[in-house]
Amino acid sequence: MKSALSTLAGAALAIGLFVAPAMAQEDGIIVYNAQHESMAKEWAEGFTKETGIKVTLRNGGDSDFSNQIVAEGAASPADVFLTENSPAMALVEASGLFAPVDADTLAQIPREYQPTTGKWVGVAARSTVFAYNKTKLNADQLPKSLLDLADPSWKGRWAASPSGADFQAIVSALLQLKGEPATADWLKAIKENFTAYKGNGTVMKAVNAGEIEGGVIYHYYYFGDQAKTGENSGNVELHYFKNQDPGAFVSISGGGVLASSKHPKEAQAFLKWVTGKGGQDVLTTGTSYEYAVGKGAESNPKLVPLADLQAPKVDPATLNSKKVTDLMTAAGLL
Amino acid sequence: MQSAADLARPGRPARLRSSSWILLAAVLVSLFALLPLAFIIWVAVQTGWETASALVFRPRVGELLVNTVLLVVLAVPISIVLSVALAWLTERSDLPGARLWAWLSVAPLAIPAFVHSYAWITLVPGLHGLWAGVLVSVIAYFPFLYLPVAAALRRLDPALEDTAAALGLGPWRVFARVVLPQLRLAICGGSLLVGLHLLAEYGLYVFIRFDTFTTAIVDQFQSTFNGPAANMLAAVLVTCCFVLLGLEVLVRGEERYARVGSGAARQQQRTRLGRATVPCLLLPAVTTLLALGVPFITIGRWLIAGGADVWRLDEIGLALGQTLFLALAGALLATVAAMPMAWISIRAPGPMQRLLEGCNYIVGSLPGVVVALALVTITVRIALPLYQTLFTILVAYALMFLPRALISLRASIAQAPVELERAAASLGRPPLKALWSTTIRLSAPGAAAGMALVALGIMNELTATQMLAPNGTRTLAMAFWSYSGEIDYASAAPYAFIMVAISLPLTWLLYIQSKRMAGR
Repeated sequence: MKSALSTLAGAALAIGLFVAPAMAQEDGIIVYNAQHESMAKEWAEGFTKETGIKVTLRNGGDSDFSNQIVAEGAASPADVFLTENSPAMALVEASGLFAPVDADTLAQIPREYQPTTGKWVGVAARSTVFAYNKTKLNADQLPKSLLDLADPSWKGRWAASPSGADFQAIVSALLQLKGEPATADWLKAIKENFTAYKGNGTVMKAVNAGEIEGGVIYHYYYFGDQAKTGENSGNVELHYFKNQDPGAFVSISGGGVLASSKHPKEAQAFLKWVTGKGGQDVLTTGTSYEYAVGKGAESNPKLVPLADLQAPKVDPATLNSKKVTDLMTAAGLL
Repeated sequence: MQSAADLARPGRPARLRSSSWILLAAVLVSLFALLPLAFIIWVAVQTGWETASALVFRPRVGELLVNTVLLVVLAVPISIVLSVALAWLTERSDLPGARLWAWLSVAPLAIPAFVHSYAWITLVPGLHGLWAGVLVSVIAYFPFLYLPVAAALRRLDPALEDTAAALGLGPWRVFARVVLPQLRLAICGGSLLVGLHLLAEYGLYVFIRFDTFTTAIVDQFQSTFNGPAANMLAAVLVTCCFVLLGLEVLVRGEERYARVGSGAARQQQRTRLGRATVPCLLLPAVTTLLALGVPFITIGRWLIAGGADVWRLDEIGLALGQTLFLALAGALLATVAAMPMAWISIRAPGPMQRLLEGCNYIVGSLPGVVVALALVTITVRIALPLYQTLFTILVAYALMFLPRALISLRASIAQAPVELERAAASLGRPPLKALWSTTIRLSAPGAAAGMALVALGIMNELTATQMLAPNGTRTLAMAFWSYSGEIDYASAAPYAFIMVAISLPLTWLLYIQSKRMAGR
């Protein structure tokens, strides 16, 4: 027993010596990353290559991280927070946990892609779309507005991923644009109408397979899949609502530095790099197909230009994730 | 404190000291084990009746309850029928290749439940809902029933069946009136295990879009971190677990199952299947095809489709190293934590010991998501230095898998003669050293088996790991989950393959152990 136990303990220790450094990095910065892992990894690697500052990513989702940061308060181990959508940023901001973003970082991004408060900054953007199966729907059968999808005629014909932060951000825009009663009614109606999947990619896969006619997702899932094999998007076409419709909402992915950061200088440098040429180039040339938002940065030429999307005007700092999850919980979607 | 009083008999001061230390350790572990439960109760009280009832008594919870109950009510009986049929064929009939089929009936345990689901969703992309949930659940979890039922069948005394036959019962009625009742304990225990797993499983049901309490808790966690809605759902889920535990106690009953009479039981005769052989072969063959063939074929297909590109060796190597480390360290901690309780339950049984031991089993029946939710909130609010540390996640693993370590250890300690301990003590060793050099060493096989079982559990654990892991951690299960979430099934395949490859030998161990317990 002694020898067996000590062999095992020795083995655990030996593996631990290899693994532990990767598990708890003392040097460098910790980024709570809710963005797509592959894109954040490119950002982290590019930044480390240029500056020598190590970046440890903890991957998760917008809402769990924002609530987690609030729960952790001043003791949060995170230095930087990156999201896919704005509501999570707004939540952390409302709790007073962000340090102001350096002025030269803010200067790299146009006003419309940052909150009026300057507590965080846009790092990328994504557009709401209605992805539909082109063998099942014609262009003239498409919904004119996101609100149409609550109509009984759409019962059982469309899908979304209600547990994801993406869909919740779209609902938060709806809440901002149309008010609480209208949003609550819409949510109750879609509970009857739609099919819930887990993840936007899964929604698109189901649309492609013809399991369902269409789904409310973000644009880049389609472009990403097309660039790979197209096996989950061959039958899919994107419909942009435009017209300042809530369904034309462009969601701003945010980045912010925590006030509690023990490496504020390095954290600010990371955010500056992400919003600068290096970081935005990853969006232009990489496989993420999210919109670049930096001044003078071009988005991938395959995308419909941001300026053509006729998105509704929403101050990202006002998006209320708590209210949205409460409304969705009340509607039985969560 | 009766057992403590027993231990404290006068005239044995040395034993008193070592025993009270062990008792103290066992009490500490048990208190730790009660932490998640205490947390749920505390949150419920804090939330207040009004908010709590608004969050519990709503249509969504009703939906989830219906889903969860239907799942258990359908999947458990199907698993029972399948397991009893397979166990009878492999243990009591002359089915060709019975030993091979027996091992193949245990092997599905090597495949994590979410990998089963991933395989099925690849094969039948539209698969979803209750019946899909039942199908994949049965396939993934029936071995938990097969193992005890097969072991019980092996141990039955054939004399009872002979008597029944001699009294004029036909073979079917002998089975129904003599064999089946004797399997009651095994079926109850196995069903409980399957039921608890159904309640706790997350990944399996996400793939096939079937919402249970556990998936809803994770949804809430992802939307609100540790909000009251998540905690209230957890409270309902814990109640469901207790209902299962209570049901098992009720159904189990208190009949006597030991044989009376002198000498050993005869070896059983295997029933000749004769012309029924071929149809009977179909059952294990089809089960194996569904439970092993489907996952292996799909993983293989994705590996071929992905080619060399999906073998990102640095990434995979790191994930493998981290997983092995967590599994070994967690198994070690669970075994050490189970040691005092196991020792007391053999050497000093009594009401106090039963109470303490009960605490250890309760935490094992809680879903990982509940244990993790409790530890996240506790560490973040009152033990911040422990937040997101290796220590906390290892504690979570140890708590979740404590019963696995305990059961194996207890069986081994029971076989270590207490006289050796006393002899070592009377030869002058200090009490704990005497214990170490005798009983603890002799319990090595049980400890090893327990550790293997714990390690197997940790390796395939997903929800608690995601919530508690230290920054920078990426286990095989996490990497698999992340890739499959991005619908990159090819990149997920190597991780699935490695998890299965490491687990297969461990299930073999499980199979051997169950044979040994039956004494054959």
